[in-house]
Amino acid sequence: MGAYDGETVTRRRLFTGGALAAGGIATTAFALPAVGFALGPLFERTEPRMFQDVGPVGDFNPQSYVPKVITIDASVGEAGKSTVYVRKRDPSRDTDHLHQPYIAISNRCMHLGCPVRYVQASERFICPCHGGVYQFDGKVAGGPPVRPLDRFETRVVKGRVQVGPRFSLDSHLHRFKVRDPSNHVDGLWQYIYPSRPTT
Amino acid sequence: MKLLPGPLRRRRPAEPDGRPAAVPGDGDLRRGHDALVREREKEAERQRRREAALEVPISVAGWLDERTGLGPFMRGLLYRKVPPSNWFYTLGSATLFAFLSQAVTGVFLAMYYRPSATEAYTSVQHITNDVFLGQLVRGMHKWGATVMMVLIFLHLGRTFFFGAYKYPRELNWIIGVVLLVLTMVMGLTGYLLPFDQRSFWATVVAVNLNSSGPIIGPYLADFLRGGAEFGATTISRFYAIHMLLVPGLMAALIGAHLYLVVKLGVTAPPWMKAEKARELAKEEI
Repeated sequence: MGAYDGETVTRRRLFTGGALAAGGIATTAFALPAVGFALGPLFERTEPRMFQDVGPVGDFNPQSYVPKVITIDASVGEAGKSTVYVRKRDPSRDTDHLHQPYIAISNRCMHLGCPVRYVQASERFICPCHGGVYQFDGKVAGGPPVRPLDRFETRVVKGRVQVGPRFSLDSHLHRFKVRDPSNHVDGLWQYIYPSRPTT
Repeated sequence: MKLLPGPLRRRRPAEPDGRPAAVPGDGDLRRGHDALVREREKEAERQRRREAALEVPISVAGWLDERTGLGPFMRGLLYRKVPPSNWFYTLGSATLFAFLSQAVTGVFLAMYYRPSATEAYTSVQHITNDVFLGQLVRGMHKWGATVMMVLIFLHLGRTFFFGAYKYPRELNWIIGVVLLVLTMVMGLTGYLLPFDQRSFWATVVAVNLNSSGPIIGPYLADFLRGGAEFGATTISRFYAIHMLLVPGLMAALIGAHLYLVVKLGVTAPPWMKAEKARELAKEEI
């Protein structure tokens, strides 16, 4: 009951509510920037990868992959480098519609991200961690990986092969925006593992 | 104020008793008598000092108690009734000790460790090879982590098999499970910090495991990495989570966990209850 007839909000209630509201505003005022600070990188694009030189066109052939080292993140030294397997596109063998003059395959396993290596004798990419195996074109041949190995865009400038941004592929070698390893992209899976603002 | 039991309680300093009156006599006897008196006075002085020394901790405790009212609280905490228990009941304390050991060794490791992708590995090598007792402290932290995990699961097993999670202790079980998960987060984030090949690739796998969760998984992975790729922010992020965020949460939750243990009391082992029930049943017949 209020101090007079018809009072709907007592002085005590008003002040209690006001104090709580002021406390809430103060808390939000420091919590929101802190949370935004921590979550900021989720909504920023990761530094776009420039095209990097991996050697003259003469280094590469359509029959076998040549391992080259590229820099993913220059600020972290050795940890920011990665191996990319490069070969010349073979029109009779590569029936994809990716329009890449050279095929540059990432060594990041699409199961959980371990580094795969190319074995020429079996023409397979093999992962040391959990037994993932990929065919010559990077499609999954066996084991737990969920999609073909990622590739990088390629181009030729003045007789030298350059490797650019990464892209992901579904099981029919259709191009997708970069996804993490372990993320399916076939059919409805592409919505269950959405592309993020960072890529 | 009755903080401490019986013999340690405040006492009046003893009077030097039985002091004989000076008796006139011949010189030798008198000298002997004086020596005896001096000896007794010295003894009484020593006694007074002992008494005074005993007073010090009591008066310090009294000073604190007068100003904090901790006396009844500490008595309730330390002299509370517990059921006849056994060694299984020490597993919770052992886990707490493992946590404290991790906290202390972690603080000292932080004095030499540098959380940057280019320096982390060399700073850990420096701790291991150059710093006095560095190998020991790092070893305690590394193996202590495993010991803590083992102790948590033994403590969890004791709680489960003794039925100690039942009403009214469900909330303490839930807090315990959250603490278990937070300990696992500690294990995950701490594993990256040596920044050798094993820890790097294990963390790559762990982050991609997080990414495999539907819808929010990829965002969670981005949060852990601080972006789409392992970069300069990843290791400092893991370091901040490992030594500031999660330990703070754990300390708070351990406080709540202990409060509930004291508040609700400790469950008797199930077989004790069974015996009691049989006695009751006999009485009822």
